[in-house]
Amino acid sequence: MPQQVTRLDRVVIRFAGDSGDGMQLTGDRFTQESAVFGNDLMTLPNFPAEIRAPQGTIPGVSSFQVHFADHQILTAGDAPDVLVAMNPAALKANLADLPKGATIIVDTHDFTARNLQKAGYDGDPLEDEQLLSNYQVHAVDLTGMTVEAVKEFGLSRKDAARAKNMFALGLLSWLYGRPTEPTVTFLERRFGRAPHIRDANVTAFTTGWNFGETTETFAVRYEVAPAPQAPGTYRNITGNLALASGLVAAAVRSGLPLFLGSYPITPASDILHELSKHKGMGVTTFQAEDEIAGIGAALGAAYAGSLGVTTTSGPGVALKSEAIGLAVTLELPLVVVDVQRGGPSTGLPTKTEQADLLQAMFGRNGEAPLPIVAPSTPSDCFDAALEAARIAITYRTPVMLLSDGYLANGSEPWRVPDVADLPEIDPAFATEPNHTSPGSANGADTFWPYLRDQATLARPWAVPGTPGLEHRIGGLEKGDGHGNISYDPANHDLMVRTRAAKVERVADSLAPLVVDDPSGSAQVLVVGWGSTYGPIAAGIRLVREAGHEVAQVHLRHLNPLPRDLGDILSRYDRVLVPEMNLGQLSLLLRARYLVDAVGLNVVRGLPLTSAEVANAIEELM
Amino acid sequence: MSTHALSGLELVPTSDEQQNGKDYTSDQEVRWCPGCGDYAVLKAVQSFLPDLGLRRENIVFVSGIGCSSRFPYYLDTFGMHSIHGRAPAIATGIATSRPDLSVWVVTGDGDALSIGGNHLIHALRRNVNLTILLFNNRIYGLTKGQYSPTSEEGKVTKSTPVGSIDHPFNPVSLALGAEATFVARTIDSDRKHLTSVLAAAAAHRGAALVEIYQNCPIFNDGAFDDVKGPEAGDHLVRLEPGLEVTVGGRTWLHDPSAVDPSDQFALSRMSEGTDRVPVGVFRQVQRPTYDDQAREQVATAVDASTASREERLTALLHAGDTWTVV
Repeated sequence: MPQQVTRLDRVVIRFAGDSGDGMQLTGDRFTQESAVFGNDLMTLPNFPAEIRAPQGTIPGVSSFQVHFADHQILTAGDAPDVLVAMNPAALKANLADLPKGATIIVDTHDFTARNLQKAGYDGDPLEDEQLLSNYQVHAVDLTGMTVEAVKEFGLSRKDAARAKNMFALGLLSWLYGRPTEPTVTFLERRFGRAPHIRDANVTAFTTGWNFGETTETFAVRYEVAPAPQAPGTYRNITGNLALASGLVAAAVRSGLPLFLGSYPITPASDILHELSKHKGMGVTTFQAEDEIAGIGAALGAAYAGSLGVTTTSGPGVALKSEAIGLAVTLELPLVVVDVQRGGPSTGLPTKTEQADLLQAMFGRNGEAPLPIVAPSTPSDCFDAALEAARIAITYRTPVMLLSDGYLANGSEPWRVPDVADLPEIDPAFATEPNHTSPGSANGADTFWPYLRDQATLARPWAVPGTPGLEHRIGGLEKGDGHGNISYDPANHDLMVRTRAAKVERVADSLAPLVVDDPSGSAQVLVVGWGSTYGPIAAGIRLVREAGHEVAQVHLRHLNPLPRDLGDILSRYDRVLVPEMNLGQLSLLLRARYLVDAVGLNVVRGLPLTSAEVANAIEELM
Repeated sequence: MSTHALSGLELVPTSDEQQNGKDYTSDQEVRWCPGCGDYAVLKAVQSFLPDLGLRRENIVFVSGIGCSSRFPYYLDTFGMHSIHGRAPAIATGIATSRPDLSVWVVTGDGDALSIGGNHLIHALRRNVNLTILLFNNRIYGLTKGQYSPTSEEGKVTKSTPVGSIDHPFNPVSLALGAEATFVARTIDSDRKHLTSVLAAAAAHRGAALVEIYQNCPIFNDGAFDDVKGPEAGDHLVRLEPGLEVTVGGRTWLHDPSAVDPSDQFALSRMSEGTDRVPVGVFRQVQRPTYDDQAREQVATAVDASTASREERLTALLHAGDTWTVV
């Protein structure tokens, strides 16, 4: 049957179902198909902290949103154009996010009195006139058709029904003209050891596709053309995967073994999982007894000459604070990765937030400054990890790398870099004495662990096993140069200021900020950091499309702040700072530059929307 | 190569030079109170280290917080005075990343058993190749005299004016419960015994816990007088393999190499309700160490391919579904 094909420039689809319905996998496969097809895309998984909340209830709903387009996009989309709802709870939990006119594809199988009641519906919403008139609703018995299609494989009814997500994926793949080979190959690989399951899933997938083709339910197919991309090899990558790869790259480019000390915590654990697979590149992963032991072991390994890394989320940073302070005063390289989540306390483990900035800045006893780096997109986590390691190794300091839940689990296409093009990092280990004692006849004869490099103020990294460099370091204040315990008031004042000055010196190594202000005459500047990059840039697009001027600058380095930031801020009449917190960067900018920064502060556990950003900009005009 | 049967120091480079105690003495003034048991232990360690014949730069002492934790400052080796209770964790990172280092932890009853109790038991169960010297003076000294997790019930201290109601840990029982592979007890004032236990602990491949009864002359003077000097008499039970021991009416021959720790644990309870205190090696068994196995996993993965690190990184970056735009 010939179908009408409509061309679209972009589509946002949200797959939603029960936690056990395989929605993350379905979304991930659709994403891979779209990536291979050549669309630009971004994804937003959203799932409960509970592994299996009661089936069919609102708390058990898991969803995966993918935004794909024929042009470069910046976010996973403010609102879905299409909702695929696998049960009543999924419909109820997501309906409020849909704009009028959106398409809903709903599996009617679970719309029984009992399941409707579990989802909190009084009646059947599919008979609700308002729903039917506001949205394009396609009510289809996906489960029933799946069970029928896979009958021949002799699976239990329950196992047969589990393939319904592949039926849905097949249908959506047909609707948007996605290539099917990658998913068939994937299923054959994943279920290779269970032929019945494999065949059932492949059959469900192809039956879903064929259903779209043969039924009259869908009168229109859609086409979203590939987006222009620079030449190169691409892959789709999540932030956690990119961050783990960046750490490995830093180890390779510095010639150091990588030592990760970590304790499992959502949403950071995938970095531990990923790094534990790369022992062949000299990566040691240590799953510690607690957060403190994780950083303790990483610091010990750093002392002994490894690239030491610890990965965690906000609650873990709180536990590690004392050890981070020790790393500050020992002046050893260490990367502390904080994949931020909603707080305080346990908060929202699977949701995103940016509320650990001030914890990273100030969350230690005493004056304990450290450099802070934040990636802006999932793939940028790779470069940010390399940058954090560069600063840590060069300046002999712990560095906080602030990712977040949105970056960690979200994904986008990434142009894979050439290893040879990645920056090299020189560990520059100390190899010989650096101080001449009064009685010495032949030059330097003793080793002073706190004698500094004049350019960077970094101290020598002298690892055990280096003859003649035996020395003691510790958490007590050390004398300038020689490093022995010192309670001298003037020395303490000097050491506190020197540690702060060293962190400030990092700014010498930063490239000038890039201000996006095409006409150069905008009066409003939007300053952001971290994962708000996409929503801010998308909001700015909307404002410019509406004919207004607005400038954007995005910060990768939160400490030290780039030297040119003060000048840039002073060039604009109004400064807007959108953040997923109650104004933490605003506070820093106000304190540092006396600038009247206006906040756009949203803490819903979800990324900002571009519309929110656009509205906030327009309010300032 | 199987590292299972190696000695604790097998992979640490040795020195050709004749060493003496002075070589291990740093230029820092020792700042413990006069009469502190720590002096005796420091002296014993400084005299004993040359016997190991290791390269000095390949020895690392890590400590936590407390009087005993100042120990690394006074030894001319590599050393780190870290934070309260965390030395076993830091030492685990050092030992796991470097087979060529002899790693020692110096800690006290508060540091190891109170704030750092978790790290201690996990280092012991993992069997990380560390030698842990636990200075037990049954009191908090550096904070000026509060009761510790090894203080006896009823003890009157600054923070327990009407007597402590905390039931104390027996560090040897705790270590045996944590499935440590080497557990011993010795006394600060008995140089010969102390040195022999240190030698056995250093030679052990795996986590070795040595409890050292150590006198605090300021806040808990005489805590161990019963087992010191001529009065010790029958109070002190010097453990040797094959020694006939009796606890709770049951008699057996002590066997530190027994894999089943039941008898060794029973022995650690000898002092409960009696005036007899066993010292010496309670347990000494072989079990693969965490650090050896971690390194073996890495080495196996490295050896599985002839590709360079850069080539492997390239493969890693291109993993998964990729596509090419020309």
